Amino acid sequence: MKKWPLWVLVPLQVSAALWLLMAAWVLWDNWGRQASTPSTAETLSTTHTDQQQIERGQYLARAGNCIACHSVRGQPLMSGARAIDTPFGTVYSSNLTPDPETGLGGWSAQDFWVALQLGRTPTGRLLVPVFPYNHTRLISRSDSDALWQWLQSLPPAHQAQPAHTLRWPLGTQAALAVWRSLYFDASAKVDAPPEAPTAMQRGAYLVEALGHCAACHGQRDLLGGFPDVQDLYGAAMPTQGWYAPDLLSDAQTGILSMDTAQWLRRLQTGYHDRSVASGPMAEVVQHSLQYLSEADAQAMLVYLQNRARQQTQIHNAPAPAPRWSVLDIGQDIYKNQCAQCHGKQGEGMPQAYPSLAGSLAIQQSDPTNLVLSVLQGGYGPSTQLRPSPYGMPPFKLTLDDRQIAAVLSYVRSQWGNQASEVTPLQVNRIRASTDH
Amino acid sequence: MLQTLFRQTLPLWIVLLCASAAPAAPISTPENMAERVRACTACHGEQGRAAPDGYYPRLAGKPAGYLYHQLLNFAEGRRRYGSMAQLVQPLSDDYLLRMAQHFASLDIPYPAPSREAPRISPQDLERGRQLAVHGNPARQLPACTACHGAALMGTEPNVPALLGLPLDYLTAQLGAWQTGERRAHAPDCMAAIVRRMTPGDIISVASWLSMQPVPAATHARTLQQGLLLDDSLRCGSAPELNPQPHKKGQP
Repeated sequence: MKKWPLWVLVPLQVSAALWLLMAAWVLWDNWGRQASTPSTAETLSTTHTDQQQIERGQYLARAGNCIACHSVRGQPLMSGARAIDTPFGTVYSSNLTPDPETGLGGWSAQDFWVALQLGRTPTGRLLVPVFPYNHTRLISRSDSDALWQWLQSLPPAHQAQPAHTLRWPLGTQAALAVWRSLYFDASAKVDAPPEAPTAMQRGAYLVEALGHCAACHGQRDLLGGFPDVQDLYGAAMPTQGWYAPDLLSDAQTGILSMDTAQWLRRLQTGYHDRSVASGPMAEVVQHSLQYLSEADAQAMLVYLQNRARQQTQIHNAPAPAPRWSVLDIGQDIYKNQCAQCHGKQGEGMPQAYPSLAGSLAIQQSDPTNLVLSVLQGGYGPSTQLRPSPYGMPPFKLTLDDRQIAAVLSYVRSQWGNQASEVTPLQVNRIRASTDH
Repeated sequence: MLQTLFRQTLPLWIVLLCASAAPAAPISTPENMAERVRACTACHGEQGRAAPDGYYPRLAGKPAGYLYHQLLNFAEGRRRYGSMAQLVQPLSDDYLLRMAQHFASLDIPYPAPSREAPRISPQDLERGRQLAVHGNPARQLPACTACHGAALMGTEPNVPALLGLPLDYLTAQLGAWQTGERRAHAPDCMAAIVRRMTPGDIISVASWLSMQPVPAATHARTLQQGLLLDDSLRCGSAPELNPQPHKKGQP
């Protein structure tokens, strides 16, 4: 048998050795670091009665918006099986009720804690990173235990988790292991949240740990890598078409210029006089934010405002007014389709329809959410403080791309608004991206 | 004399004055539901209307239970239409129920049936009438009238009227039931029935139904005890159609 020449053999062997080394590291990184499994003592405490602990767990589950993904409307609470579309395929949420076969029946509080910390089941199966475990690993042990006790108090529901339909090989454990070695540092030290946090610390914990705001408001890369838990700089949401705004930009959210009372109302009801939470954010208000205590909602605001103050705030330069030909068409459509609710001067109707004059939502340089609102219409969320919200009809069949562009260009340039013209091409692209 | 008369009847004059002024004030319910459902009426209109993607049915006067179940069906994925799902998802069950009750309480005359000549033969139309009124026991097809009422104007609180609907809406719904695109709470009796129908049955029944005039009394009727379904067909969306199971210890 002919021998391979050395100049082939040596590089081959070196690269094979390197590959093996890397594979070994990925294996160790994901399954070998047993020693780093958090060993914090359980706090299934004797200081609280069970009922108090369960109620605290429910509050935390709401603050963490666990319910939105782990429940399907009309099905038992937390029984999972909700389909979540990702650019890589569809993922189904797991059943967190104490059902022994399909839920967490056989788990312990420690198993649950490890799942939150490491994104891994007791059998070592790696979880798909739609579960935001880069955030849940920041959850304190006592909160994890309270969550666990609430989950265990729910009626068991027999609901098997449907198989994910991720494109091969993305759903395999090997692919997940490589992905985690790239994007998830299970060994990074987490400081336990302070016993008596300041508003700023409590806000940071709510935004970065429980609330996992960066999961939507932070930018993922092409492989869907976790954004940093503090990345709130805005991102286009893949598959859903909505733009999750930069929470620290005053031009995008009014985080600094809008008064605190208005902001609290926006968090608790999804509504304030100049905008309504819609699309995915309506869901967050519906399942999560409306239940926050006044103190927690304020803490979130303190955190966001403090961080916003440290940013360089760029305000949009006033855009030139649109062409008269566009404004003419836009004005006509506005009179016939919009003015009844939003008012002749865009003044809105207090408590019912938001004002368009001076609204930041109307004047975003990226008109994606605005166009989607007109195409799809929608109701704000039903909340405790605002159980029967008003709504807007979908216009996707009534108005064509040119008409929507014209009416939006009109409202973006009237009553003191000074945002750029929207083009029919922009409307067309947004319409095409969401027509399924 | 006149002055005395005026003085004595002063209260009456005041009442008359108020009565004539009253209609000028806006008539609004305390909840202002008409305003709150504007997002619905923009498409559905007062009597339903056609659009490029299909026909939006009228909502006014339909039984509240039926309307509520449809809203839940959209929210929970048993009926699929993107715009409806997006609209109802953020709303609570309680609010959806109040919307359903609002539309159920409205009384708006139905439009006259289409004057168009039927596109099917008189024999097929007669077959449609037979199926609607008598069913076909040999094929386990109950008559439409068994549940939707002898007048086909629905039965309270969960079964809708079948008259006053256009042909394209009726065929689309029956077709959707056959393919599973439209569903109701399990056990889904309507799906079981429609799956026993042939495409010919569907077009015959839908054609006949769409040509019937709507009676003057448009509200759904109360359930006639004689019209109950037997045990082979159970309706999750309208449990009152099945005889109540005997309780233990009772004859």
